[in-house]
Amino acid sequence: METTVKKYTYKDFANDQEVRWCPGCDDYVILRSVQKALPETGVKKEDVVFISGIGCSSRFPYYMGTYGMHGIHGRAPAIASGVKLANPDLSVWVITGDGDSMAIGGNHFIHVLRRNIDLNIILFNNEIYGLTKGQFSPTSLVGQKTKSSPYGNTQPPFQPGELAIGAKARFFARIGGNAPKEMTDIFIEAQKFKGTSLVEVLQNCVIFNDGCYVKYTDKKVREDKQLFVEHGKPMIFGKNKDQGLILNGLKLETVTIGENGVTEEDILIHDAKTEDPTMHQMLVRLEDPLVTGIIRSFQDVTLEEREDALTAQIKAKSEFRKTDDLFFSGETYQVN
Amino acid sequence: MITLEKNPNAETLDAVVIRFVGDSGDGMQLTGTQFSDTSAMFGNDVATFPNYPSEIRAPQGSLYGVSGFQVHIGSVEVSTPGDNLDLLVAMNPAGLKTNLYAVKPGNTIIIDSDSFTKKNLEKAQYDSNPLEDGSLENYRVVQVPMTSLTKEALKDVEGLDNKSITRSKNMFALGMVYWLYDRNPEHTIEFFQKKFKTKPHLIEANTKVLNAGFFYAETIELIPNSYSISPAKMKEGTYRIIMGNTATAWGFLAAAEKSGRELFLGSYPITPATDILHELVKHKHFGVKAFQAEDEIAGISSAIGASFAGDLAITTTSGPGLALKGEALGLAVMIELPLVVVNVQRGGPSTGLPTKTEQSDLMQAMYGRNGESPVIVIAASTPANCFNFAYEASRLALEHMTPVVLLTDGYIANGSAPWKIKSLEEMPEIRNNLVNEVKENWHPYDRNEDTLARNWAIPGTPGLEHRVGGLEKDRITGDVSHVPENHEIMTYTRAEKVKRVENYIPEIQPEFAQEGDLLVIGWGGTYGSLHSAVKQIVEEEGYKNIGFAHFNYINPLPKNTGELLSRFKKILVCELNNGQFVNVLRMNFEEQKFHQFNKIQGLPFANSELIEKFKQIAK
Repeated sequence: METTVKKYTYKDFANDQEVRWCPGCDDYVILRSVQKALPETGVKKEDVVFISGIGCSSRFPYYMGTYGMHGIHGRAPAIASGVKLANPDLSVWVITGDGDSMAIGGNHFIHVLRRNIDLNIILFNNEIYGLTKGQFSPTSLVGQKTKSSPYGNTQPPFQPGELAIGAKARFFARIGGNAPKEMTDIFIEAQKFKGTSLVEVLQNCVIFNDGCYVKYTDKKVREDKQLFVEHGKPMIFGKNKDQGLILNGLKLETVTIGENGVTEEDILIHDAKTEDPTMHQMLVRLEDPLVTGIIRSFQDVTLEEREDALTAQIKAKSEFRKTDDLFFSGETYQVN
Repeated sequence: MITLEKNPNAETLDAVVIRFVGDSGDGMQLTGTQFSDTSAMFGNDVATFPNYPSEIRAPQGSLYGVSGFQVHIGSVEVSTPGDNLDLLVAMNPAGLKTNLYAVKPGNTIIIDSDSFTKKNLEKAQYDSNPLEDGSLENYRVVQVPMTSLTKEALKDVEGLDNKSITRSKNMFALGMVYWLYDRNPEHTIEFFQKKFKTKPHLIEANTKVLNAGFFYAETIELIPNSYSISPAKMKEGTYRIIMGNTATAWGFLAAAEKSGRELFLGSYPITPATDILHELVKHKHFGVKAFQAEDEIAGISSAIGASFAGDLAITTTSGPGLALKGEALGLAVMIELPLVVVNVQRGGPSTGLPTKTEQSDLMQAMYGRNGESPVIVIAASTPANCFNFAYEASRLALEHMTPVVLLTDGYIANGSAPWKIKSLEEMPEIRNNLVNEVKENWHPYDRNEDTLARNWAIPGTPGLEHRVGGLEKDRITGDVSHVPENHEIMTYTRAEKVKRVENYIPEIQPEFAQEGDLLVIGWGGTYGSLHSAVKQIVEEEGYKNIGFAHFNYINPLPKNTGELLSRFKKILVCELNNGQFVNVLRMNFEEQKFHQFNKIQGLPFANSELIEKFKQIAK
C-alpha cells in the first residue's frame, strides 16, 4: 500500500447513512475509533474494504465511507480472504461478533487465523446474541440467564484469545469497549501488522447483557482489574502502579512491588513478538487482572507472500504464457 | 467354449467397444487410457469412461474392488462409451463376474487364466470355476496365462522385484489388444520412455511385456486380424483427447485470458468435481489463484469476495456441496456479482452414489435457495464441450452480473473424447460491466438498459466506494431499503435480468426431423446416448419423423423453445432423474403434453432401452 498524499480525517471514512445501533452501545465507540485510526495508517480510502457477517456489529460496513460488504452469517473471514487474495494491495477488515465468529462461523474463524492472510479482524464480544434478541452465545458464562437459557446457561464458554492462539493467531489484542484511545492505537497497530490480526473488543450490550464487563471496565476499578500490556515493558498495573506479574512455577502470580522484597526488576517483561505462544496463552486466560492491549504480535510469513513467491517461481520456469501454449502442447494430433 | 481357430464371421467393424477390468491395483485405467490415446492418434473417434470403486484400495480380488475402463473407438462418429462390449479383458474372476452382463453372447472375453485360482474364485463368490463349468460356452473365451507369460518375458531383466513383474501384466493384455485391432504399440513405448525417464529397467520391462503380448496374440493367431477400424471422418484440425473435467478447467482459463480478468477458484474437494481443482492449481503460470478452502461454504464465499474485488471467480462442487453453498449463492444473487458455480452431478440424495452419474440436481440448481433467487443455469453435454460451456458460463456471468450454475455430471466429467482444440482467437468476445470513472449521481446499482446488469466498481477505484450486502437494496441508490414496493420491483428486476439472457444465447436447433411425430428431448450429459439412439432409429430403422432437441441452456430457455415444441405431435423428455427438466418445461408450456423417460440407476442410458421407448411412444 502506498502512502497517500492527502491527509484524511475520520470524516473521510464516515458516510451519510444514519447509524442505527441502540443508544449507548459500545459499537459507536468502535466505529469512531476505526474511523480515527484509518487516517493514521496511510492507507488510501479507496483501498479499504470492510467485510462483515450477520449480527448487530455486522451492520458496521454500511456506516463506513469505504468499500464494504455485509455478508452472510459467519462467512466474513472467507469472503475477506477472497477479496485479499484477489487483490493483496487492499486493506481488508473483518467485522464480526461472538456468535458470528465462534458459533456459526467457527470453522472459518480458526482457518483464517491458521493461514495468516493479511486481514484485520475486529471481534465485538458482548457474550450474547443481540440481533436475535438475547440468546446465549459461545462466550456466555455458565449459569447466565438468557432468552434461550431461562434457568441458566449450561454450555461452558470459549475464551476467544485462547481459541485464537490455539488456532495459530499471530496477532491478538484485547481492549475494553469504553477505551477509545487505546482501541484506536491498537487498530493502527493491527493495520500495520502483516498477517491476520485479531482484536477482541469487550463490547457492552446495553439491552441484553448490560454491565457484563463492568468488573473490569468500570472507570473506578479498571486500573486495578486490568493489566494493559505493552511489548518490552514490565507487566505492571494498579492505581499505584505497584502490582505486577511474576512466574511462580508454571503459573502467573500477582505480586506487590515493595512488599516481601519484590522490586520492579522482578516483574515479567512483556514479549508480544515471540513465536512461542505459551506466555500469551497464560496471559489471555488470566482473569484477575484481565490482560488487555496487544498480547501477541508475532511477525510470520503471510499466505499471500507464500503464494506470490510460488507463483513467481512457477512463472519463471513455465513455458506457458498464453492458454494457446497449453492447449496445443503435449499429445496433440492432426486430422486432415 | 469356442476354440482358437479362425473366426469365419470376422468382419471389418465401424466401431468396437472394449472394457478392461481387473483389481484396483491392476492398472486398468492406464491400460484403457493408452489404448484410447493410441486409437485417437490413429484417427479414430473415441469415447471413454472409467468405472472404479469409491474405496481407494478395496481388498484384493473382491467384487467391489473391481476397476474398469471402457473405450469406444470408431471409424464413424462415436458419441458414447458404448453399451455392449465387443471385447472384455478380465484380469481376475471378480472382474469377469461383475462385467459379464455387458458382453453379448458370441463376443470375445480375454482372461488371465493364472488369476483363476481357488482363492480368487472364492473372493469373487464363484461356486465353481467358470472356465471349466461351461457357463461361458456362449462366448469366445481366450484364456491366456498372462501372469506366467509376463514372468517368463522378464526373466532376463535385472533389478525387478516380484511385485513390479506381476504389476506389468496389464501391458501384456494391452499388447494383445493392440495386435487384435491392428494398432501400433509405438505410442505406448514412447509413453514408457517419458514416464520412466530415470528408471531404464522399467522402460525395458514394460516394453518387453507389451511386445510379448503383441507377439503372443500374433503367434496364436488370436482372432483373424480383420477387426481393423479405419480413421473416422472428422473435421480438419488439431485435436487432443480431453477429459470433461479438464475441459471445464481449460474453458475457465480461456475465459479469464479473453476477458482480461484474473481467475480465482475457491473450492473444497468432492467427488467427482475435484479434478477441476487439481487441474487449475497447476496453472499458476497464468496467474490462476486456486484456493482450497476449509469447506464448501468458504469455497463459494471466498469466490464471492474475489468477484467483489474484480476477479473472474468460480467455485466447483458436486450435489451435496451445492446444497451447502445455497445461502452464499443467494448472497451473490442479491449483490449481483459475477460468479460461476460448477456442479458435477452425482447420484443423490445425501452422499448417494458419489462415483456414479445422475442429473438430479437440476431443481436444486434452479431453486435451491431461500427467497426469489433466479440464476442462469446451463449444462454441458459432452466431455469436449465442457470447455465451451465453462467459457460460456464465464461470459454470461461477467456480461450479465449474475451467478451462473454450470451443470456437468460424473459421466461426461470423467469421460474423455477428442477435442478439436480451440485457439483463443476463435472464442467469442467477453464484455464486462466494470466502471472506473466518477460521475455525478453514480450508484452501484445503476444498470445497463439492455441487459439490466448493474455496473461493477471494484475496490481500489477512487471515488466509487460503496457498500453491498445481503439486505434488500434501494433500486436507485443501492442503500438498504425495507420499502415494500421497492422489494417487489427489485425482485422483478433480478428475475427480468436473468430472463433477458435469452436475447444473448443461441436458439435451439433440432437434429433429424424438424417437425413431425416425435420430438426427443434431452439436456446435459445424455447427449451422446440420446443422439446415437435417435440417429439409429431414424437412419437405420426408418423412423423419419423423429426429431431430437438437446438443451444446454436451461434457465432461461432458448427463445424458440415453445415454437419448436409446437412442431411435433408428441414430446418425450429423457433424463437420468425422476423427471426434473420435464417439469421445468411443463411449468413454462402448460399447453403441451410431455411424455417422460427416466432412469435412476447411476448409469447412463443404454441404446436398446432408448430405442424401445422411442418406438413405444412413436407408434
